[in-house]
Amino acid sequence: MIDVLAMPLQTGGLDALLGPLYWFLELWSGVLTWLAKIADIRMIQEQNAFMHRAFLVGICIGVMAPLIGTFLVHRQLALIGDALAHTAFAGVAIGLFLNSVINLGVTPYLTAVVVAMIAALLIEVISEATDAYNDVSMAIVLSTGFALGTTLISINAGGLTVSVERYLFGNLSTVTPQAAAILLVLFAIVIGVVGLTRNQLLYVTFDETAAAVSGLPVNWYNRIMVMLTALVVVGAMQIMGVILVAAMLVVPVAGASQVSRSFNEAVLVSVILAEISVIVGIAFAYHLGATAGGIVVLVAVTLYTGAVVVGKLQTVYGDNSMPEMGSINANETESAAD
Amino acid sequence: MSTHTERETTTDQTAASHSQLIEVTDVNFGYTATPVVRDISLQIEAGEYVAIVGPNGSGKSTLMKLMMGLVKPDEGRIRLFSEPAHKFDDGSRIGYVAQHASASKEMPITVREVIKMGRFPHIGFGRLSAADWEIVDQALETVGMSAFANRRVTNLSGGQRQRAFIARALASEADLLVLDEPTVGVDAESVEAFYDLLEALNDEGITILLIEHDLSAVTNHAERVVCLNGQIHFDGPTEAFVESDALVQAFGTAAAGLGGV
Repeated sequence: MIDVLAMPLQTGGLDALLGPLYWFLELWSGVLTWLAKIADIRMIQEQNAFMHRAFLVGICIGVMAPLIGTFLVHRQLALIGDALAHTAFAGVAIGLFLNSVINLGVTPYLTAVVVAMIAALLIEVISEATDAYNDVSMAIVLSTGFALGTTLISINAGGLTVSVERYLFGNLSTVTPQAAAILLVLFAIVIGVVGLTRNQLLYVTFDETAAAVSGLPVNWYNRIMVMLTALVVVGAMQIMGVILVAAMLVVPVAGASQVSRSFNEAVLVSVILAEISVIVGIAFAYHLGATAGGIVVLVAVTLYTGAVVVGKLQTVYGDNSMPEMGSINANETESAAD
Repeated sequence: MSTHTERETTTDQTAASHSQLIEVTDVNFGYTATPVVRDISLQIEAGEYVAIVGPNGSGKSTLMKLMMGLVKPDEGRIRLFSEPAHKFDDGSRIGYVAQHASASKEMPITVREVIKMGRFPHIGFGRLSAADWEIVDQALETVGMSAFANRRVTNLSGGQRQRAFIARALASEADLLVLDEPTVGVDAESVEAFYDLLEALNDEGITILLIEHDLSAVTNHAERVVCLNGQIHFDGPTEAFVESDALVQAFGTAAAGLGGV
């Protein structure tokens, strides 16, 4: 069973599959090198190829995390990102464990994807059965994931404790070309699925009952949503780390909903806030030699605070005039009543 | 009688073969072992204006959920547009206005974006066409909310928000409008205008199914009343309902005195 699963995931086959993406990474690297020359930005000069990948991964995270986060936050599901990140950590641990025990040769990010998706489905199915997303079941999934992760790692102590820190806190310099390519695949899946099902996801998020009456298979869209969340969490984990990854799903979205009127505007603003956080955060992390995840979140929270202030100013000084409300006009319908 | 049949043939989709939009046969249902509704049988025909009334906890909303196929009955059979209700998925035929508690309360979204959702069952994965947007704006106009099109829904009063939801149901251009206590929080003047609107829609051949707590609204507007309290206490024309003792049975004596128009 494991062999069957592992075959397409093993490094050799995987690299062949990701071939075109490596070409894209080269291209991207070339663009940034050129940018470094003309703008004199030493951070992204040619020998810092890891920073090229870090920025690419960061930019992708800045789009997909708030995009999915928008659909989660407005259903009071902000916690689910955190729960999935911790189960993804278990996935990483399983990957590392299998690699050292049976020499599986799979990147831990892929086992993390698999485990986080299974956990996502599990949370969703439990919530369907009990008819509520509850804090308790989410907390149980979260701690089970983390407990499983730490246990597997401590069993294998020695070789593993060293490398696990980058999964916990994220690390700019360890974004390998393979990890970046995997992220591009995750990014394409997330953007593609959200692009296709945006109407349905919006309806289900805003008004689940009405969406169900209008014939949407609500449970299926919920399952899609949590599985996409799992993909985003695993993708963002390499820079943000397990512990802080959920912040990218929540903080920019919360900031955007302070200042936006429409849903489309909210999505756009949250992506902009997230991009600023990620790019500024990564740049600062490079110069300070700090962990990127922490700085990205600090920038995001600062932006959030700014958004709260702007939002308050908008309500005080903005256009508060209530327009004249028209009467309900029964005669507007095609055949006049009278 | 002749007007009745005329009305049915004009609503091209509904009338021809099946005039029964909803058929409930011997239905029992409970979320736990205790039944919420029992021995329910009723039919709703195309073009009717039916109100379901009953005290709090009488199973009105549960019956609505059963009829819309949102929950499956423990026993009995429910057909919606001649299909088993829980399998029915042609959402473009049903417009739904909930008690406003059901929608998200903090989400940034404009009135127009809410009404846009009424077109989603028609467009699936596609985009709204110019014609769809025209229908959206027409619905805005009908409920008198054009000036609020780009307002954030969360900044509106309860009544204004409810109007937006009604407009969403209108924009769905459904054959069947289902309204679950639609006028909760709506100011008294608008309530009157709102019921006039429902009557106008009904005159066009749209079937109206209204779940109401406010008895006077029901007795003034609906053609047929189903009085529910766990089981059906009354099902018939509104005039007969007013004269019957169903109210006392369902609501108890005290409420009957208050509610009796």
